Amino acid sequence: MKLSSATGGVEATNIMAIMAITETKRFEVRAIENGTVIDHIAPDALFKIIRILGLERDTHRITFGLNLESGRMGKKAIIKINDRYCEQEEINRISIFSPNAVVNIIRDFQVVEKLHVAPPDHIEGFVRCINPTCITNNQPVRTSFEVNGGSGELSLRCRYCEKITPCGQIELR
Amino acid sequence: MKSLISITDLDPGEIMRLMELTSEFEANPGQRLLEGRIVASLFFEPSTRTRLSFESAVNRLGARVIGFADTINTSVSKGETFHDTIMTISNYCDMIVMRHSLEGAPRYASEIARVPVVNAGDGSNQHPSQTLLDLYSILKTQGRLDNINIMIIGDLKYGRTVHSLLQALSHFNARFTFVAPPELELPGEYRQFLKDKGLSFIEKQHIDESIRQADIVYMTRVQRERFSDPLEYERVKNIYVLRRSAIDGAKPNMKILHPLPRVNEIDPQLDGSDHAYYFRQTENGVYTRMAIISYLLGVKK
Repeated sequence: MKLSSATGGVEATNIMAIMAITETKRFEVRAIENGTVIDHIAPDALFKIIRILGLERDTHRITFGLNLESGRMGKKAIIKINDRYCEQEEINRISIFSPNAVVNIIRDFQVVEKLHVAPPDHIEGFVRCINPTCITNNQPVRTSFEVNGGSGELSLRCRYCEKITPCGQIELR
Repeated sequence: MKSLISITDLDPGEIMRLMELTSEFEANPGQRLLEGRIVASLFFEPSTRTRLSFESAVNRLGARVIGFADTINTSVSKGETFHDTIMTISNYCDMIVMRHSLEGAPRYASEIARVPVVNAGDGSNQHPSQTLLDLYSILKTQGRLDNINIMIIGDLKYGRTVHSLLQALSHFNARFTFVAPPELELPGEYRQFLKDKGLSFIEKQHIDESIRQADIVYMTRVQRERFSDPLEYERVKNIYVLRRSAIDGAKPNMKILHPLPRVNEIDPQLDGSDHAYYFRQTENGVYTRMAIISYLLGVKK
């Protein structure tokens, strides 16, 4: 890298700073220019969130990290999606599996918005009812749940069979 | 257009209105308010008592019944989806009354059918017409629904009538005593439901002297097939049998209810007792179902 002699000192300092940030962030969160970074995902929720957001079929550049160090959580997972901004409804779905996740909206390498996920009142379609004799597990019927206990332990009440699916037993369809 | 799928679909005002209508039909059962109407009676799972009670109610109201009592000779046995069966039959009738072994089937039917749907029992979930006839029996024998002291005995885990009844009585400040073996105790979600409503309840494993405070003793059947350990069933099966000695000192107004069929959980020697009400309870079922059908079809408001 060639620096002009007149301003070289200042520029060199800036570049060194950027490199230092990049070096430290490279390990955990490699910067993306534009898009969405979902951070602080519970490690066991990563693959469920990948499915919820349809990332298996997504054509954007995506990076996943699993079992990364986290001061707050011990271990965490992370998803970075270039050039895609998640809808609020998608973000709310994430909360069903990882209520502590944080969604960062990135524009021009800057975090322009930091969204804490919030459980929706209702969810449709993507989760399975725990009850094997529920109509939704035996006929082609879309599932529908009321979400209970948003602030505490989350659970889902099936609109059809009225059975409760507790937090730890929530599975994707 | 209104359906009746779960007892929780009704607010206390509607429950009381249905009680009044039931009383009117009991006083005057010959009201042919539904002449020319057709009610489809779809029993995807066999039932004698509930089906005949509904069909009797429909006939008393002057409507006609079409339907089936099991699915052996229907398109269901050819593999037709539940969706298609309901979509088709809802074009042939003014109302569907249905029983299904799958929980939630009637709720789904009510979302796709062009006519009101009445749930006549879906698996271990809901059986609202049974609950309304239980409430009517309580109202008729006690003169009120408020502040009832009720002891519920037997299978509190799988018994849908128990779950619906406690949900309904929660509107009326009931005091509950639950008696069940540990394998069949009340599920956590219903305990939580009562706590959320601020209602106190007592849980026991034996029928004891607290039966003397009860206004209503609600018996249910402890079924052998509910036990993973057959020895456990043998151990408890006689604990949950109501005998004359158990109700010594009961309040004069105390009545014994049972959703029936009974196997051995009420000693037949009690049948002649002033406390026994379980057979009168079935008669109330026809009037209750007349009230439900005429209310949902809008001929009674």
